[in-house]
Amino acid sequence: MVTMTVNGKTVSSETDPETPLLYVLRNELELNGAKFGCGLGQCGACTVLVDGRAAISCLLPLAALEGRSVTTLEGLGSADDPGPVQAAFIEEQAAQCGYCIPGMIMRTAGLLNETPDPNDEEIRAALQPNLCRCGTHMRILRAARRAAGRPSGEDGFAFAGERATGQAPAEDEETPA
Amino acid sequence: MKTIALSLAFALLGALAVFLIYAWSPEELEAIEPPQAESFDPALVARGAELAALGNCLTCHQSEGGEPFAGGYAVQTPVGAIYGSNITPDPETGIGRWSEAAFVRSMHEGLDREGRHLFPAYPYTHFSIVPDEDARAIYAYLMTRRPVRNEVPDPELPFPLNVRALQAGWKLLFFEGPEPATPDPDDRLARGRHLVEGLGHCGACHTPRNLLMAESDDDYLQGAHAAGWYNPPLAGEVDAPAPWTAEEMTAYLTGGFADAHGVAAGPMAEVAGKLARAPRDDVAAMAEYVVSLQTGPSETASPDAAPAEIETGETGAERSAKRRLGETLYRSACLRCHTPSGQEASGTAAGSSQGLPLASSTALFAPEGTNLAQFILHGVQPPEGETGWPMPGFASLLTDEQIAAIAAYLREDLVGRPAWEEFADTLADARGGKTAN
Repeated sequence: MVTMTVNGKTVSSETDPETPLLYVLRNELELNGAKFGCGLGQCGACTVLVDGRAAISCLLPLAALEGRSVTTLEGLGSADDPGPVQAAFIEEQAAQCGYCIPGMIMRTAGLLNETPDPNDEEIRAALQPNLCRCGTHMRILRAARRAAGRPSGEDGFAFAGERATGQAPAEDEETPA
Repeated sequence: MKTIALSLAFALLGALAVFLIYAWSPEELEAIEPPQAESFDPALVARGAELAALGNCLTCHQSEGGEPFAGGYAVQTPVGAIYGSNITPDPETGIGRWSEAAFVRSMHEGLDREGRHLFPAYPYTHFSIVPDEDARAIYAYLMTRRPVRNEVPDPELPFPLNVRALQAGWKLLFFEGPEPATPDPDDRLARGRHLVEGLGHCGACHTPRNLLMAESDDDYLQGAHAAGWYNPPLAGEVDAPAPWTAEEMTAYLTGGFADAHGVAAGPMAEVAGKLARAPRDDVAAMAEYVVSLQTGPSETASPDAAPAEIETGETGAERSAKRRLGETLYRSACLRCHTPSGQEASGTAAGSSQGLPLASSTALFAPEGTNLAQFILHGVQPPEGETGWPMPGFASLLTDEQIAAIAAYLREDLVGRPAWEEFADTLADARGGKTAN
């Protein structure tokens, strides 16, 4: 039996300790915020916080969680009362299909726990392990920046290679700051 | 007695005089107007590109996210950081005003155009055997790159190590001077050896250094440490139970992966990325030479080595609980990708990947767990822009205790070798000195 804390509540699981945390969260605890993407730790859709740090849950054995603390998307807030990172993602309309967004939100939350005032480089580096296939990267980056307390101004979030010129990417023009 | 003292004094004075002459004698070579790119023979430039890939110039002469050859990469030495210089043809911050003679001299003698001594982080002790025509081709290639204005930081060395003139003394002790040579092109082993010892400068990372940071000739290619990694021995007895073949070594050097040994990671991933663009036949010659130096598996790597018991201070019950935990974690977290051939991927993963079956991993047969700790904590990310075999890092997923349990299981049970001593310290170092969990 493995006993851990999930979103502040003590949870004990009798499931096979080789089971990945993701399956325990979704199938046993009915916390469906974390998504199954690749199952191989390559996409980040299953990201949760473990002891406050962003961690992929599809490769994290239940056996590794004894006495540790897990936070899922549901632990950050609800649809009616979103937490600050969730609110920033809503504000920036960062989702298209939305499948990657829980992972992006958790990755951002983990970054802010470790680096409360991240610069753009740090945001990019932190979100690097998480994939988005719709192409809303710029909105996701702006949402992360907003969550860090720095809503994007005129300069927006520059594409790679445009950092030197400070030119705003085209997408910024349609989005009010 | 008096005569001995006197002759000793004279000898010392003589040595000092030689040192002073050597320290201050290098002449400044005249600055030139940056040559036009069109003035170089395209064939020479093309040959220079191949040679620059073989010499792996970019790894140190490009910073992360920086422009090619514009420098700025920090070479972390035990005494401090030394930054790769800007070798684009920018006239102010690069080598735009260097003549061909100045460039060839820098490779052969470790001097800049002004005649100042360069630090041996720049492997001129290897480049000193590169033939003039190769050095000229590299010059032609570099001088036709885009000039980039980039001021590189000064070395962060403590006094007096930062005094360039004192490098003259280092050279007197450890540098035999330029000996450019051209190997017989029909003698493959000689060609491979020349590339390994010269332009390829394998020994810069794989030969241990003495207290004054000079490569120890007695331990040539016997393995060393750099940038937080254990750089395994290339010559003599090696860590792998399966012998390296020249074909496999060539595949490793050009593709970053060897089926029977594992992945090129850390600084070696960069090397493989560059060698992928070098002439394959040259890399094959290097591989053949390196493999010819290998005599077989080391004592602990040998397939029939009997595991020796190491005093770990743990009780039997503690040890078996640790290894049980390690096996559980291995089966759940590692086996998903590192599936032994002939077995189905475990769990309910979307599909198995092509991770190396861990029983073949050279890292598990090394005398220390440094590289395994690096792999588990930080994973494997192919260098920016390169293809490769990505593995997620487990630094935020697993505690030190859990990683140590996996390591114990892999090392002692899966491959049946004696426990690594002080693995906890190895792990703490690999975490970057921080305890994360």
